[in-house]
Amino acid sequence: MTTTHPTTLDVPLELDRTESAAARRARLSTGALMLVLGALMAWLGFGTSGDASYALSDAFAAVQLPTVALPGLPVVLVCALLTLLAGAGFVSGRLWGRAKASAATIAAAAIVLGFVTWAAAGRPFSFPVQNQLAGTIALATPLVLGALCGVLCENAGVVNVAIEGQFLTAAFTAATVGSVTRSITAALVAGVIAGVLMGAMLALFSIKYLVDQVVLGVVLNLFASGLTGFVFDQLVQPNSTELNRVPPISRLEIPLLSDIPLIGPVLFNQTILVYLAFVSVPVVWFLLYRTRWGLRVRSVGEHPEAADTVGINVRAVRWQAVLAGGVFAGLGGSFFTIGSSVSFIKDITVGNGFIALAALIMGRWHPVRAALMAVFFGFVTQLASQLQTLQTPMPSQFLLMLPYLATIIAVAGLIGRSRAPKADGVPYTG
Amino acid sequence: MAEEPADDARRAALRDRGRRWATTAGSILLALLVGAVLMIVSDPDVISQYAYLFTAPQLALGASWTKVAGAYSALLAGAVGSPAALAATAWQAAPLIAAGLGVGIAFRAGLFNIGAQGQAIWGSIAAAYVGFAWSLPPVVHLLVAVVAGVLFGAVWGGIVGLIKAKTGAHEVIVTIMMNFIAASSLAWLLLTPAFLRPGRIDPLAPPIQPSAAFPVIYGQLHVGFLVALVAAAIVWWLMERSTIGFAIRAVGSNASAAATAGMNVAGTTMVTMAISGALAGLAGVMYALGPGANAVATPLSLGLVGSVGFDALTVALLGRSRPVGTVLAGLLFGGLHSGGLAMQSLAQTPLTLSTVLQALIVLFVAAPAIVSALIPKVRAPRRPALVGGEA
Repeated sequence: MTTTHPTTLDVPLELDRTESAAARRARLSTGALMLVLGALMAWLGFGTSGDASYALSDAFAAVQLPTVALPGLPVVLVCALLTLLAGAGFVSGRLWGRAKASAATIAAAAIVLGFVTWAAAGRPFSFPVQNQLAGTIALATPLVLGALCGVLCENAGVVNVAIEGQFLTAAFTAATVGSVTRSITAALVAGVIAGVLMGAMLALFSIKYLVDQVVLGVVLNLFASGLTGFVFDQLVQPNSTELNRVPPISRLEIPLLSDIPLIGPVLFNQTILVYLAFVSVPVVWFLLYRTRWGLRVRSVGEHPEAADTVGINVRAVRWQAVLAGGVFAGLGGSFFTIGSSVSFIKDITVGNGFIALAALIMGRWHPVRAALMAVFFGFVTQLASQLQTLQTPMPSQFLLMLPYLATIIAVAGLIGRSRAPKADGVPYTG
Repeated sequence: MAEEPADDARRAALRDRGRRWATTAGSILLALLVGAVLMIVSDPDVISQYAYLFTAPQLALGASWTKVAGAYSALLAGAVGSPAALAATAWQAAPLIAAGLGVGIAFRAGLFNIGAQGQAIWGSIAAAYVGFAWSLPPVVHLLVAVVAGVLFGAVWGGIVGLIKAKTGAHEVIVTIMMNFIAASSLAWLLLTPAFLRPGRIDPLAPPIQPSAAFPVIYGQLHVGFLVALVAAAIVWWLMERSTIGFAIRAVGSNASAAATAGMNVAGTTMVTMAISGALAGLAGVMYALGPGANAVATPLSLGLVGSVGFDALTVALLGRSRPVGTVLAGLLFGGLHSGGLAMQSLAQTPLTLSTVLQALIVLFVAAPAIVSALIPKVRAPRRPALVGGEA
């Protein structure tokens, strides 16, 4: 909103057409980004030749879907044109409300389609759409759970840089307990306990001993890496047939829904952890935005003094939120070993906890948006490995950088405003 | 009368300093204790003796003692037991000190440089590239390689400062993301023709030319360690005697007050992050140009700098962001690493125990209340603040 006093206005104020400086900057930079990408795509498009084929189902699917061949040159150019138009619309400032949202959606879809078509055009292999979707789900599952852990902690005002450490301890504990008991349930429970215990360390040191939360998170990650690495080297590795033989996890097929072509097998023939991840999103949303406890969590994250004044026990609520977050981080960590039927190796989580953190920030500390961002990051990562096997001219490392670049752009306030809960990271000393 | 408050303040400061040393010593002791417990419970041979704890306690206790004493004496011997061990400790400590100084400078400006890892990666890339691709006269070659590495580290850190100063984005998030971008850049560069060995396709750069390597003094001790000490002296001068150091400390204790006094907070943020990145870059240079385990510099590869950026954070915390403290903390953790290697080969205790000890020491130092609760007579210092604020 403008700061001009109403009485000094000499033109009538158009309430639905005013925008803040930040919103204006975000709109202009989003539009500029679209224009740049559109122009780049058009430039690449003229060098495209041949067809890009998309295999809609894999070779073993019961219902075979056709392989769609898209002509490279026209598709890329149309996508470029759509992106350019959307960008121009953003820059001109003539798009509002629903039109603006749909322009952004069209541009996003056009960028993905145009780019993949450019990469796949004229290649001997077809782009496996179902692989892409299945890989996205597999990569996104731990990210979604990790981001939800972050959502709970940070909305209560505790910065959680230690998601990576929670993942790692949970992955290790779940693998070991699963190998000994041969039970998926026991393994998942153990993973959750490990995640909660790491959360308890975070809570103890940050809430009780007021250690700086960012520093604490980094040290806890180091601790988790050292601890799991040490016990692995000392105990698990020499006895790996008993302690590191992860029981296979079975897929649960949901009747009818799993028969839907293309998305059915991907979404509705999954392991219990994947279902848990996607059910957790509305659960966390409901907890945070529709329960008394969630209101308390958000209040101690925004303004702990005010919450204290009305009788909320700030420290207790923060403890609860961090421990609740640990449950999700524990599930997410278990996915790396038990959830994927993979034996534990040292540092198996390879920075996924930090990508979950990025998803949390890109999702503006909101459970649903954070989960969507996690899915987006999963999509991009999977795309990078798919394009690597297609031997495209673009190095896959650049695609792998995309989530991180996007996060920097987001926190720099260029695309929308990314605002943390006000008291995020501030210990409560009252 | 007028003398007394000042006298009291001096005495309080002195008492605090004593308490800080006691807390640090207590933290190390507690970490070693926890490490010992961990060693005992994770060793099946030792833990099996605990079945007879009540009938023959000497078996369980004896086995535990043999295990712990063996591991810790190997650790000590590997860290300081011989001239070669001391040289290995100094070799491990040099990059930790350099990067620790960088993280510490940022702390004193109230900034969290979690990105020392990425800055060190760029430092190693630039130094290694100059080292293997260019041909220059002996001393000049080393100097150019070092400067290139430091410069790239400074740029990578400076970008974060720029983003923070211009948009207000939190440096923690930006630096974490920049770490990943640096790692992916290295992964990509190693596969480009400029970094591939002729006729090879594995991600391993050519070895650097001898003219660009840090000269060896004794064993693994090389000139890079002296460079780290000189860097510490420069940082001391910069922070305590120069205008920019004063600005950094002022912004760190109270950015609003510094701005009101007419200081350029945004500019100071950028300069601090660039200096911090330069020092982290220097750490990367040491990995690229210093001698490896077999006295020859290790060629640039994906894991060359290890986890120096995160280790540096613990070094800066333990050293309380002061140059002298950072040097001592770097030597302590360097000793833990070199001793850990000896422990691994002589006492069959995994090197990863060093990482556990390192994390535990810092956790206890960061929460002095725990140390004073567990060890009688050790009192927590008055100001446990580790970051900014105590300029």
